[in-house]
Amino acid sequence: MKIAIASGKGGTGKTTVAVNLALSLEDVQLFDCDVEEPNCHLFFGFDLEKVENVNIAVPVVDKNKCDFCGKCSEFCQYNAIAVLPKKIMVFPALCHGCGGCTLVCPQGAISEENRCIGIIEKNKEDAGNLVFYRGLLNIGEPMASPVIHALQKHIDIKKTAIIDAPPGTACPVIASIGDMDYCILVTESTPFGFHDLKLAVDVVRNLRIPFGVIINRSDIGDKKVEQYCIEEGIPVLMKIANDRNIARLYSEGIPFVSKMPEWKEIFVQMFEMIRSVINEEVKV
Amino acid sequence: MKQLTVISGKGGTGKTTITAAFASLAENAVIADCDVDAADMHLILKPEILDTFEFTGLKVAEIDQSLCIKCGICRDACRFDSISSEIMIDPYECEGCGVCEYVCPEGAIRMVERKAGEAYSSTTRFGPMAHARLGIGEEASGKLVTLVRYNAKKLAERYGKEIIIIDGPPGTGCSVIASITGVDMVLVVTEPTLSGIHDLERVVEVAGYFKIPAVVCINKYDINEENSQRIESYCKDKGIEVVGKLPYDDIPTKAMMEEKTVTEYSDGEFSSGVKSLWENVKDGLSEHARKRVGDLPIVHNP
Ligand code: SF4
Ligand code: SF4
Repeated sequence: MKIAIASGKGGTGKTTVAVNLALSLEDVQLFDCDVEEPNCHLFFGFDLEKVENVNIAVPVVDKNKCDFCGKCSEFCQYNAIAVLPKKIMVFPALCHGCGGCTLVCPQGAISEENRCIGIIEKNKEDAGNLVFYRGLLNIGEPMASPVIHALQKHIDIKKTAIIDAPPGTACPVIASIGDMDYCILVTESTPFGFHDLKLAVDVVRNLRIPFGVIINRSDIGDKKVEQYCIEEGIPVLMKIANDRNIARLYSEGIPFVSKMPEWKEIFVQMFEMIRSVINEEVKV
Repeated sequence: MKQLTVISGKGGTGKTTITAAFASLAENAVIADCDVDAADMHLILKPEILDTFEFTGLKVAEIDQSLCIKCGICRDACRFDSISSEIMIDPYECEGCGVCEYVCPEGAIRMVERKAGEAYSSTTRFGPMAHARLGIGEEASGKLVTLVRYNAKKLAERYGKEIIIIDGPPGTGCSVIASITGVDMVLVVTEPTLSGIHDLERVVEVAGYFKIPAVVCINKYDINEENSQRIESYCKDKGIEVVGKLPYDDIPTKAMMEEKTVTEYSDGEFSSGVKSLWENVKDGLSEHARKRVGDLPIVHNP
């Protein structure tokens, strides 16, 4: 069972929910798919170790074979190859690794080499009931999606997997939540939170993923998010009040369920509810 | 013309609140909302749209099922796992590379344009604004950012504005890179939490990678003063100036509820903090812009 935690707006408490939910459950995998700014590990004591590199196959041109016909650059949708009358240039950072240029080159002048754009890591020491993986996009690299795809290959579908998705609604979000069984959208009841929640709802509805909402810092702002959820028939899974204690623990990198164990039960109940929704979906 | 990008790495640090306040404080600026996949600035600035530009991102493959013989050659060739075993294209996964169209022996696949969003040139009560709306799950957010920046530059030329203030997206990937390349300075808005610090360090590295000077503002500095000190000593080590520290306050939320910038809404401590932050940022920007050689490049990104 795969559950993603997402939010249109950043900073609404996505990571907090992902980490605390994972710590409330037995035998669970946690994946930090916010590969541009992964933060989950800050809440755990363990060290990380590298599992693999994430590579993109980029073209290498054999200058002796290339006759500057320009077919490769014509084909490339990402302007990653430029051909001048007597010169050919590859821009590896722009290349998506589609392999098209290699296919179309009439001279067979193009081969491919791997370029590392990020890494996958997991917890080094045993972390009890938890298996943790994260992806990390290298600094200066534009494309997050390949790292997210590589990370999700480590999901063990026999287990419960919690996925901390990146903020927003663009391609890295789709890469993260695309084939989830359920999506929890974390928001706050401010105009920005509300606006971005509606965008996120559009995304999950388009992907046809069952979803519910957690309202964080539920006592600031107004009641618009809650009203909206009622009108739209969206379940409000949990409300977390603006608690100084929780904010303090967050700032220090301490998961609040470890200091406020009464919350574990609340997370477990939410999880059970989600599980029954997923089982219903499977039956239908 | 000078360009400033406000970024944060992590979302929710108050970046947009601060950028919107800058809009009301700057007398000769164009505002560019480059946080294109969760654009919020318009909720405060209430732009009146002057021009709309259709934005087509990458193409998407379309299969003519009446021609398809289900040979699966396209599926094997697609490096993005976008073609299912029933030979259907997943439009969200398709990166529009065109390889399937090229390899299909039956000519059953066509690459079609897809509308990926809209960009707008607008006016607000504080001056011109460039912004956009990205379609759901779109690939080309970096390209849309580049288009917004292009529109902002045109607006600045048209209205004779001196500064472009860019609200950047969270993260470190393509849209962030497109938001900061070629600007004179970035302002990183952070908060004293472990996540805030971690993300600050990553975006400072990104700025460094593209050789763009950075300054830092610590928002909500008083929620954890120890962490704030860590940020200050980190900045000192890196030779980065901390240009402002703002207290935790409910003013930003209250102002947001009334669709006002913080400085419009109140004259209190938070607002005066934002005002002196803006003065410092302006000074830094002028200094860095003086050092710049040549014209502002607008860099094209994937
Ligand atoms: S592999 Fe694809 S994206 Fe990369 S240079 Fe070749 S055609 Fe362009
Ligand atoms: S255009 Fe490229 S990414 Fe899209 S389905 Fe065809 S081969 Fe795959």
